[in-house]
Amino acid sequence: MSVSAIIMMIIAILVVWGGLAVAVVLLLNSKNPGDPSFHRDL
Amino acid sequence: MADQDWPQSSEVHDEQADAAKRGAFSSRKVFIFAAIGSAVGLGNIWRFPYVAYDNGGGAFIIPYLVALLVAGIPFLWFDYSLGHKFRGSAPLTFARLKRHTEFLGWWQVLICFVIAVYYAAVLAWALSYTFFSFNKRWGDDPAGFFIGEYLKVGDAGVQISVVPGVLIPLLAVWLIVGIVMVLGVQKGVGLTSAVFIPLLVVVFLLLVIRALMLPGAGMGLDALFTPDWGALAHPGVWAAAFGQIFFSLSIGFGIMITYSSYVNRDTDMTGSGMVVGFANSSFEVLAGIGVFAALGFMAQASGVAVTEVVASGVGLAFIAFPAIISEAPGGALLGVLFFLSLVVAGLTSLISVIEVVISGIRDKFEMSRRGATTAVLVPMTVISLLFFSTTSGLHVLDIVDHFVNRFGILLVAVVSLFMVGWGVRRLRDLANHMNYTGNVRLGQLWVVLLQVVVPVVLSLVLLQELWAVLKEPYGGGDYPQWMLIVFGWAMAISLPIFGWLAARVPWREDTSLKEPLLRAEEVS
Repeated sequence: MSVSAIIMMIIAILVVWGGLAVAVVLLLNSKNPGDPSFHRDL
Repeated sequence: MADQDWPQSSEVHDEQADAAKRGAFSSRKVFIFAAIGSAVGLGNIWRFPYVAYDNGGGAFIIPYLVALLVAGIPFLWFDYSLGHKFRGSAPLTFARLKRHTEFLGWWQVLICFVIAVYYAAVLAWALSYTFFSFNKRWGDDPAGFFIGEYLKVGDAGVQISVVPGVLIPLLAVWLIVGIVMVLGVQKGVGLTSAVFIPLLVVVFLLLVIRALMLPGAGMGLDALFTPDWGALAHPGVWAAAFGQIFFSLSIGFGIMITYSSYVNRDTDMTGSGMVVGFANSSFEVLAGIGVFAALGFMAQASGVAVTEVVASGVGLAFIAFPAIISEAPGGALLGVLFFLSLVVAGLTSLISVIEVVISGIRDKFEMSRRGATTAVLVPMTVISLLFFSTTSGLHVLDIVDHFVNRFGILLVAVVSLFMVGWGVRRLRDLANHMNYTGNVRLGQLWVVLLQVVVPVVLSLVLLQELWAVLKEPYGGGDYPQWMLIVFGWAMAISLPIFGWLAARVPWREDTSLKEPLLRAEEVS
């Protein structure tokens, strides 16, 4: 593999998987997680 | 927003009663899994890798990311805000937004009906090929086997000559879907996604690891990721990025509206949208790595350049991949992992598409879950079997898929953005609704993106597609004109017309078309 291809592959992975990780962390720290038990017994 | 702020007044939407009546996801986590399950489908596996390769390779990540942030996630929030605020299926949501926009919801329902009918057929093929992978049933000629022996494709046209090898797995797919849909929103749609999406990630990771260990994998990755920076100057590359994001996120045709109407009122929807958007892209990049590593192996084994073996869509899945499976050491395992991934990704997407139809019928006619499921699935199954278990299945599928995506999904998305953004001008209200619970605040930028940027960009993509089929008939002359007219143009044009007619049917007296008021602030 060429160096430019390796760099772009790493960047692509970091950007999307990193973005997902950040989004998940933000969501977990959300002040409004929803009520997980609200509909559980329906 | 503290819980004590929620009003108890009878003027306010009774969420518990609504949930008991329509169904609901038990938690935010289940909703996110269901939304990811809908977004991650066959297109992620067989479309994205080729689009990226064909539009600048590694450089494509830039327009792709811009499209995700500028159009994909904002449009996801748009769908979420509609469903979450108006608490209904696509038709009920639009009817509550403004009575005369109800036809948009039915247009989306009809698009989903058409997609479900042929999507199930592709799932049936993938199911068959999962089993074929054990003994590499296609032998030395995957193309000849797929077209001639498995599908028994006849001349272009419609023939009612049933192919039992397709009929049986197609029946199995509809049976599985029927069971899931009857189980309801949480136990059927929600739990299927909550179980299958983690399974899909595990199976696909195993596939990627296996593909990366094949000789020649680096050659494939080189072809995919070597950047062509000059491509960024071509408008077509940017259009491809916006098209890929739009088609892969399940936005604009009722799915996300329906799903978000099943989420309880105090859930952070903006944060959920970011997770779904990035999860979808993460899977696409993973799929690109797996697919091109395998294609690199194929190119090296055949002694040709990767360009010679690159394929997408049905050709990639059912012709190129079987050839790779035949050549690769431990190919049976690779085949089972690949086709199982297609089945799982396709099933969760198919379920979401059908839920849009069932939800629309339930809301409009006040039907029970079981009744609506039967009313929807029986005609769907019959039409699906009639067209796609026969020797003409592949031709019809190819035409319908092309036209319903471009002149169905894309068109209704553009029309609904213009109607909500410029017609009824409710984007500001929708942003306020999302901001009650969302961690990411939607402001003027989001309004401008949805009022101007996204509709303009999607309109350009639509015009580009329209120009392409006007310049040269779809299929390049492979299909007779009457087939393109009937299964392409007439089908696409009839959807908004029938949508408009469906919107003329009166709602039941019990159904309130008033805007649901969810919070004390909204009541006052």
